[in-house]
Amino acid sequence: MSSTTTHSNTRNSTSRSRQLSIPSLETVAAWLLAVIWIFPLLYAFWAAFHPSEFMVRFDLFAPLTLDNFVNAWSQAPFGRYYLNTFALVTGVVLAQFVVCTLAAFAFARFPIPGKNLLFMLVLIQLFVFPEVLIVENYRIASELGLINTITGIGLPYVASAFGIFLLRQTFKTIPRELEDAARIEGCNWLEILWKVYVPLAKPTYLAYGLVSISHHWNNFLWPLVVTNSVESRPLTVGLGVFSAPETGVNWATVSAATLLSIAPLLIAFLLFQRQFVQSFLRAGIR
Amino acid sequence: MALTAHHKMQMYGALLLLPAAVLLAAFAYLPTITTVINSLFLPGFRGAPTEFVGFENYRFLFDDPKFWKVARNNLIYALGTIPTSIALALGMALFVNGKLPGRGLVRMAYFTPTILPMIAAANIWMFFYAPQIGLFNKLLGALGFSGVNWLGDPSVALGSVIVMSIWKEAGFFMIFYLAALQGIPPELKEASDLEGTSRWSFFWRVTFPLLMPTTLFVLINALINAVRVVDHLFILTKGGPNNATNLLLYYVYENAFSFFDRTTAATITVVILLVLAVIATLKFTILDRRTHYQ
Repeated sequence: MSSTTTHSNTRNSTSRSRQLSIPSLETVAAWLLAVIWIFPLLYAFWAAFHPSEFMVRFDLFAPLTLDNFVNAWSQAPFGRYYLNTFALVTGVVLAQFVVCTLAAFAFARFPIPGKNLLFMLVLIQLFVFPEVLIVENYRIASELGLINTITGIGLPYVASAFGIFLLRQTFKTIPRELEDAARIEGCNWLEILWKVYVPLAKPTYLAYGLVSISHHWNNFLWPLVVTNSVESRPLTVGLGVFSAPETGVNWATVSAATLLSIAPLLIAFLLFQRQFVQSFLRAGIR
Repeated sequence: MALTAHHKMQMYGALLLLPAAVLLAAFAYLPTITTVINSLFLPGFRGAPTEFVGFENYRFLFDDPKFWKVARNNLIYALGTIPTSIALALGMALFVNGKLPGRGLVRMAYFTPTILPMIAAANIWMFFYAPQIGLFNKLLGALGFSGVNWLGDPSVALGSVIVMSIWKEAGFFMIFYLAALQGIPPELKEASDLEGTSRWSFFWRVTFPLLMPTTLFVLINALINAVRVVDHLFILTKGGPNNATNLLLYYVYENAFSFFDRTTAATITVVILLVLAVIATLKFTILDRRTHYQ
């Protein structure tokens, strides 16, 4: 309570000593764990910025170099991979916003027969994701002519049960009075959606958007299956192809390539840590 | 008149649902159904199902010791990653929830692996696990021990993969515990301090039970991830050595795209779908008793 030490009350003093001594042991443990946890990433930085002979030689005065990045950039078309990933992530998130908004609006406000059953059917997709069904989804994608296209990577994820679920929850909390007011002003359904519901759901869009961006930036298995050339490969697949052990690429170069692929998302995370963590919390399931 | 307005609303609602419905049908429902069908037929020309064989493919699969090895691996993988990463996540959350110097940095250190792609994480851990130049063996060598073949020794490899997954996953689960801890009213702690309850028994009698919904939520997610995420295998082991680290979904990938055996791939996929159905049932019965879907 007060900052002056009083020994008259024993209970008070034990709780004080608890605050002073035990947390310091906890602090050591917490920091030790933190160092262990961040070490792999720091190690990747070390390896990427030093000549390869310093991979396992820790010398504070080891010369710094950018050669590894130059090598990685020249040995694989990372520029193209960046472009592909940007196009993929932007496309998927925008398409998800549109499709999930429409469906969520229908579930939240329209009298559709068998609505609850339909909604449960949608929720199945929380468990049956496109990558579990790779074989059949590959067949369907090839029948639609989507193999080796960025559309092919993104399309299976567009109708996201998770997005529909989140937006429906948000739309349901919006008071009907606002909707009625807009209708009196002569708005039709789409205008009501666009002018009333969408603006009020902005935090949900931000949360879902950030989660979706990180998911699709990092996604690997389905993009690997559905792409087969530089023209459509996203960064993860490009990195996987580049750094597969059998290619025998120099390790310092591999760590430079790894950092190249994670840099944009990592920097965005470091800048907007709070928003990222809040989004993952709000969104819960990826 | 009122009826037609109602019908109009229904029509409109159906139209709004249409894009999502078409996409879900194309990439979730239809492939699920065709997967089940493929698992009941023998393939003919270009893998098209021709002859109905009932559960013959399943009998064939269940007679295959390789399948059981992979299934067992996946079970060990789940048992190895889930309890440890949940316990670590809870510990991290308790650390970061207290008065810790440099709390923001510590929290960031715990959480950062979560936002890396699994492929990048695997690349980084490859530097640790590699037999000659890997950091772990260099360290062991410096201490005078002989090196371990972390990914090449069948008895060690799965453990190595598990350790990496724990590192990747714990920070993600931490944030849910942290949010839940911040939702526990501080009066409870004050009251127990007045009673002189030890921190240990406060944790087990108050905090842990209050965190139960979070633990279940995290558990469901961890179970799904144990089935769904196999990206790291592509870098670390490719399922080897001798299938020691092969997991079900990776085995599906191998069957479909390396051995071109779509029937076996479909049959294993159905097994995975059944596992996911069990997890979904768990979620909808235990976890969502209190959350509202209406």
